[in-house]
Amino acid sequence: MSYFIEFRDVSFRYREDQPWVLKDVSFHVQSDEWLAIIGHNGSGKSTIAKLMNGLLLPQKGEILVDGVQVTEDTIWEIRKKVGMVFQNPDNQFVGTTVKDDVAFGMENHGLPRKLMVERIQTSLAAVGMSDYVAHEPHRLSGGQKQRVAIASVLAVAPQLIILDEATAMLDPKGRLEIMETIRNVQEDQDLSLLTITHDLQEVVKADRVIVMNQGSKWLEGTPRDVFSEKDKLRNIGLDTPFVTKLAAELSAAGLPIQREPLNHQELLEDLWTLHSKM
Amino acid sequence: MGSSMIIGQYVPGNSFIHRLDPRTKITIIFFFVLIVFFANSVMSYGLLTLFAVGSAVSTRIPAPYLIKGLLPVWFLIVFTFILHLFVTKEGEVLFTIFSFDFYTGGIIQGLAISLRFFLLILVTSLLTLTTTPIEITDAIEGMLGPLKKIRFPVHELALMMSISLRFIPTLMQETEKISKAQASRGVDFRTGSFKDRIKAVVPLLVPLFVSAFKRAEELAMAMEARGYQGGEGRTKLRELRIGKLDTYTYILFILLVIGLFLTRA
Repeated sequence: MSYFIEFRDVSFRYREDQPWVLKDVSFHVQSDEWLAIIGHNGSGKSTIAKLMNGLLLPQKGEILVDGVQVTEDTIWEIRKKVGMVFQNPDNQFVGTTVKDDVAFGMENHGLPRKLMVERIQTSLAAVGMSDYVAHEPHRLSGGQKQRVAIASVLAVAPQLIILDEATAMLDPKGRLEIMETIRNVQEDQDLSLLTITHDLQEVVKADRVIVMNQGSKWLEGTPRDVFSEKDKLRNIGLDTPFVTKLAAELSAAGLPIQREPLNHQELLEDLWTLHSKM
Repeated sequence: MGSSMIIGQYVPGNSFIHRLDPRTKITIIFFFVLIVFFANSVMSYGLLTLFAVGSAVSTRIPAPYLIKGLLPVWFLIVFTFILHLFVTKEGEVLFTIFSFDFYTGGIIQGLAISLRFFLLILVTSLLTLTTTPIEITDAIEGMLGPLKKIRFPVHELALMMSISLRFIPTLMQETEKISKAQASRGVDFRTGSFKDRIKAVVPLLVPLFVSAFKRAEELAMAMEARGYQGGEGRTKLRELRIGKLDTYTYILFILLVIGLFLTRA
């Protein structure tokens, strides 16, 4: 089993006189998996994202991307393989129109014009923004801008996409739009996905979840495993989804709920089959 | 602030002038501005006027837009005319008002200079009316290209211009938001003495600057994450290409120059 990204005892701090933001963190991202990193502000989760494509370099430990160590010399190759979508939809829109913005990354990597024109079409189609090719950013909603940002990343054909709190500044509708888009993209294309968030609702569809707390890896497992540790999560200030809370209350009230439900559907199934099991 | 907001004066269209390479437009306008000063006969002025008005009409831009472009200099044109009327004392006395003589030379000279002004403004405003700001930026980048040899940062300059253009609406929306937020806290932008109103702008500008710097920092990070490493080895999506249309335009312009020198007095 080869890992696409591997962190080996990575430590990082912004300045020598400041405390470590990350302390001896080790983990990996497999090819084609969806890994979610959760944690609240200051847990070091965004730092992890910036370390993955060389926006920051670690003081201790090493980071391997596709078998290559992240150093000053390799960052440009690595940035072709690792695409990133940031939090603020406005502050990552470089082009004057949607088309120009999608082209920006490709222009940087020196792709020929013919290929750019092709990929602008395919990547905008993948995020459902084909009708907005010539729109200026101020005519788009936050969710639409984030979709364009995803298309811009897709256009460079990376192997991993990092979404660093990409939905945090959106309204519920925009948030849904983005999660939907990501799911479609991940199903259609061969890529790994890393979502960084403090919203537990967003991690239920992930293959694996890492919980960060105070610069260290605190918990790792499937969403179901992680949610079953509700008390611990609450202790470090992370709120569990409504369904999880409801299930906890139900079992406290004496109903034997077998598994940790991830969504309404699962809880419903457990409840209506409950009687036949008893 | 919706789709109605257009930066600059650009009026969308698909006329022959709209489709010209922006570099061609800038070159022609530059030389037109030069040759206007060579006209000295009725015929030569007529030829230039025909060219300028003909170009303006061919853009199919509604007249109000063209007039709007001329408005700021309207006063200058009229003022020049009046100045010549009073100052130039050549030719015969045409008529006398309050014992002040008006000469034919004054009127002719005044008309000629005013016409020059009018032609200059009309032709230069055609550039901004038919070319998007981003096309002008591309043209500047293309035309300043040779300066790269003396290490002039042409690409960086063009990128700065295009990013500024892209952020104008964003910052305007932000200004609106901040001014509303400050107004809700009791800042009064509309009444009071001039000094008071200037003071009221401070709580508007400070947050705007802070957020602009924050945006700049985040944008730089996003650009870097997307592999931006300066102009070297970069390809371009927007391509400028000199086509047949441009060749015809140059030929037409050369004919105009020849015509001008033949009709000079």
